[in-house]
Amino acid sequence: MPQSAEHVLDHFELFRGPEYQQMLANKKKMFENPRDPAEVERIREWTKTPEYREKNFAREALTVNPAKACQPLGAVFASVGFEATLPFVHGSQGCVAYYRSHLSRHFKEPSSCVSSSMTEDAAVFGGLNNMIDGLANSYNMYKPKMIAVSTTCMAEVIGDDLNAFIKTSKEKGSVPADFDVPFAHTPAFVGSHVTGYDNALKGILEHFWDGKAGTAAKLERAPNKKINLIGGFDGYTVGNIREIKRIFELMGIHYTILADNSDVFDTPTDGEFRMYDGGTTLEDAANAVHAKATISMQQWCTEKTLPFIADHGQEVVAFNYPVGVSATDEFLMALSRISGKDIPEELARERGRLVDAMADSSAHIHGKKFAIYGDPDLCYGLAAFLLELGAEPIHVLSTNGNKAWEEKMQALFGTSPFGQNCHAYPGRDLWHMRSLLFTEPVDFLIGNTYGKYLERDTGTPLIRIGFPIFDRHHHHRSPVWGYQGGMNVLVKILDKIFDEIDKKTNIAGKTDYSFDIIR
Amino acid sequence: MSLATTQSIAEIKARNKELIQEVLRVYPEKTAKRRAKHLNVHEVGKSDCGVKSNLKSIPGVMTIRGCAYAGSKGVVWGPIKDMIHISHGPVGCGQYSWGSRRNYYVGTTGIDSFVTLQFTSDFQEKDIVFGGDKKLVKIIDEIQELFPLNNGITIQSECPIGLIGDDIEAVSRAKSKEYGGKTIVPVRCEGFRGVSQSLGHHIANDAVRDWVFDKVTPESKPTFEPTPYDVAIIGDYNIGGDAWSSRILLEEMGLRVIAQWSGDGSLAELEATPKAKLNVLHCYRSMNYISRHMEEKFGIPWCEYNFFGPSKIVESLRKIAGYFDDKIKEGAERVIAKYQPLVDAVIAKYRPRLEGKSVMLFVGGLRPRHVIGAYEDLGMEVVGTGYEFGHNDDYQRTAQHYVKDGTLIYDDVTGYEFERFVEKIQPDLVGSGIKEKYVFQKMGVPFRQMHSWDYSGPYHGYDGFAIFARDMDMAINSPIWKKTKAPWKEVPKPKLLAAE
Repeated sequence: MPQSAEHVLDHFELFRGPEYQQMLANKKKMFENPRDPAEVERIREWTKTPEYREKNFAREALTVNPAKACQPLGAVFASVGFEATLPFVHGSQGCVAYYRSHLSRHFKEPSSCVSSSMTEDAAVFGGLNNMIDGLANSYNMYKPKMIAVSTTCMAEVIGDDLNAFIKTSKEKGSVPADFDVPFAHTPAFVGSHVTGYDNALKGILEHFWDGKAGTAAKLERAPNKKINLIGGFDGYTVGNIREIKRIFELMGIHYTILADNSDVFDTPTDGEFRMYDGGTTLEDAANAVHAKATISMQQWCTEKTLPFIADHGQEVVAFNYPVGVSATDEFLMALSRISGKDIPEELARERGRLVDAMADSSAHIHGKKFAIYGDPDLCYGLAAFLLELGAEPIHVLSTNGNKAWEEKMQALFGTSPFGQNCHAYPGRDLWHMRSLLFTEPVDFLIGNTYGKYLERDTGTPLIRIGFPIFDRHHHHRSPVWGYQGGMNVLVKILDKIFDEIDKKTNIAGKTDYSFDIIR
Repeated sequence: MSLATTQSIAEIKARNKELIQEVLRVYPEKTAKRRAKHLNVHEVGKSDCGVKSNLKSIPGVMTIRGCAYAGSKGVVWGPIKDMIHISHGPVGCGQYSWGSRRNYYVGTTGIDSFVTLQFTSDFQEKDIVFGGDKKLVKIIDEIQELFPLNNGITIQSECPIGLIGDDIEAVSRAKSKEYGGKTIVPVRCEGFRGVSQSLGHHIANDAVRDWVFDKVTPESKPTFEPTPYDVAIIGDYNIGGDAWSSRILLEEMGLRVIAQWSGDGSLAELEATPKAKLNVLHCYRSMNYISRHMEEKFGIPWCEYNFFGPSKIVESLRKIAGYFDDKIKEGAERVIAKYQPLVDAVIAKYRPRLEGKSVMLFVGGLRPRHVIGAYEDLGMEVVGTGYEFGHNDDYQRTAQHYVKDGTLIYDDVTGYEFERFVEKIQPDLVGSGIKEKYVFQKMGVPFRQMHSWDYSGPYHGYDGFAIFARDMDMAINSPIWKKTKAPWKEVPKPKLLAAE
């Protein structure tokens, strides 16, 4: 018996002992009707071939291991970025349980959100009563300042009309007539979580700016000198938004972060559960219409929101998840241009330190080949940084990337000698990536937690950057934007490179002549 | 220290009743009336816990429940390792449930095993408008080409499927025929069906009955020679290896486990189960349906058991042995004797550290009652419990065999209620899910996830009990809980001296 009270063995070790191994072998042989091991091995090898890759890329209907989620997740993510705002998802309740779990597993934080719990009868008669009761309950129980409504695919398929439902709910007294209930239709069968972010944010701005669904006067824009900033759907929102605020403050710019969820996804453990924390105030959200300009850090998270804002007379500028020296330069110069403020020396020093670090470590990254997958903007930002480092982002794959994204990626590759052998793969999934890694191997893979399956199968070391990250803790608390964020990304990549070098050179008496103490 | 230990039963009951009244005050009248039926204080001797259950959740209250898809794909079917389970509909459902339930299995993932892959039809608008059956046909073809060693396919319906009128049964039949009788199982587990995961379990059970069992003719021989000691483990999802640390005990007592449902399970095991002499059922809630069916159709008796904590393990081993001859009865005693020193050592080490600590639970399936014995073996007391998706038969079992007089019972608890209850009762530990974990930890209350074992486990069996004890100790006695208050906020402010 391997188990003991002194040294408790859990699943990591318990099942490796002979008792369990024998039991499992017997189970397989006797009862599982297993495949011939030689056949398993043959197929396994076959899946590594160019022939398999060709079949794999010929898929038209099946998706395997996609790197994207559905719209309402993004809507919930955006909604909690407003002061005391409760996201309310109209449709089946299981969806909300999933979004909450998903966000909690990444941020290691509570994630508050309610559902209108529609079931069969609502499928037949529509979910109006669910909306009426749901809004009343949420309002009374959780005392929000705003309830931001989005939809699951069920409500979308049956065609529930949020605008009309909310209006009726208010007439029935679910919430006061002047209570803010912005909404967005977020069908899961269109786009992905970044689309949902876009729709929800646009819905909220539209609510405040364009007359609260016909119940108030449209806001008259009175331009001021503020700059709005939209972070987009971002697993690093906690660290990134705080870094952006620091930069704004260093530059002396008056700003509004729209959908600022950096506090609600990073609350302290001090005896109090804060269902709401921080966030863009509703007043600021309304007044954001007066800003001089709005900057989106992620173009593909704001495809509808930015034109909406532009239509209100502001300048809008979109970036693609700026990481590294040049991307940060461009971001800061845009801030400087719009605000008329100089970039302070302190930021120039930070820039110099990042360049310094890149120069120090260049020899270890230069020429290394990478595969990247993730949301379209994240892929772009990371690929651009790798090119700066003299590395080659050979495969860049985005399940929720489209044709326009592909063109933009290819244009980026065209700007650098290190991009010449690089390709963008829009609409592909991680089973495609598996074929790419087998047939055109690279040195490192950058992606979210699910990349660990690719690391296991192909042996490509995984550098975890993306969303979700479930199996490493707290990295989301550090920025990847700004020069300091670039430094964090650089160190993350370098740590993995050095760990791999050490791993490959640590066999005593065989390879350890290269097991250098100084690298 | 919990308040519960310093009060009499009468005081506890009065406090709990007052607490219930207090939380109900937050609701609009109609909602308060409905929620009142789900909250109660257990009275000893009653046949159930005095709460209504398995009713619709109320909109907007922040229920912890999931959906029928979660019950079918996430719980029942997902762990069957050699079949490919298609999350049929939009991308999200499969994505959020991808690999998060920790159903351990042994196999070559992506080649002959598929549990931790996310297969989805990733519905787009055109699939909603024109229907998804053609896409499903193509998906099955593509699976056959790219994953040739799969032993079967299930189609796990997401909400839109039932709303747009797709005929996944017809597709399944046609493709099964085309692929030489291949097992292809359509499952109507659309998320809007029923009130929780629970209906999804039932639908999934029925799908096994209709699309797996009905293909197995009575004459079809299993691949092994039957013995009088063949049993099947039903309702163990092998979370963190639970089914393995259970199986080893059954085998040590002389039984032969011919199937695991469904953790680390395979299609062949499902098909062979009608040859079992006894079905032993752990999660009654999710698999009583198929157990009853097998009893009716094949005459296989079933018996519920509980492998959490030594008291219940001993009881269960003897109960299971009671269905067999003396050889097995002796085997059970031998197993009990073999593990007694481990039990003694675990209790000697951990009980002094956990004695008198109070626990509040809110989980699904069987755990709101099944784990109570394990806590009691460690000297701990469960002062509140409730089911995410239990039915009245769960609350009957809970009342008759598990909870103490005065225990606070909360069915389908809302986020608000659970916070208030914990805030007022101040238990030493809360056991619930990921959505609850950080809420209570922020409040400074130690917490263990009791769905996923907080990434630990197994918790079943004797080996599991040692891990369970270690983990509860680790949670409750972590030094971090003494640090939640900043010292300058803890210390009473020094009084200013009066000016001379």
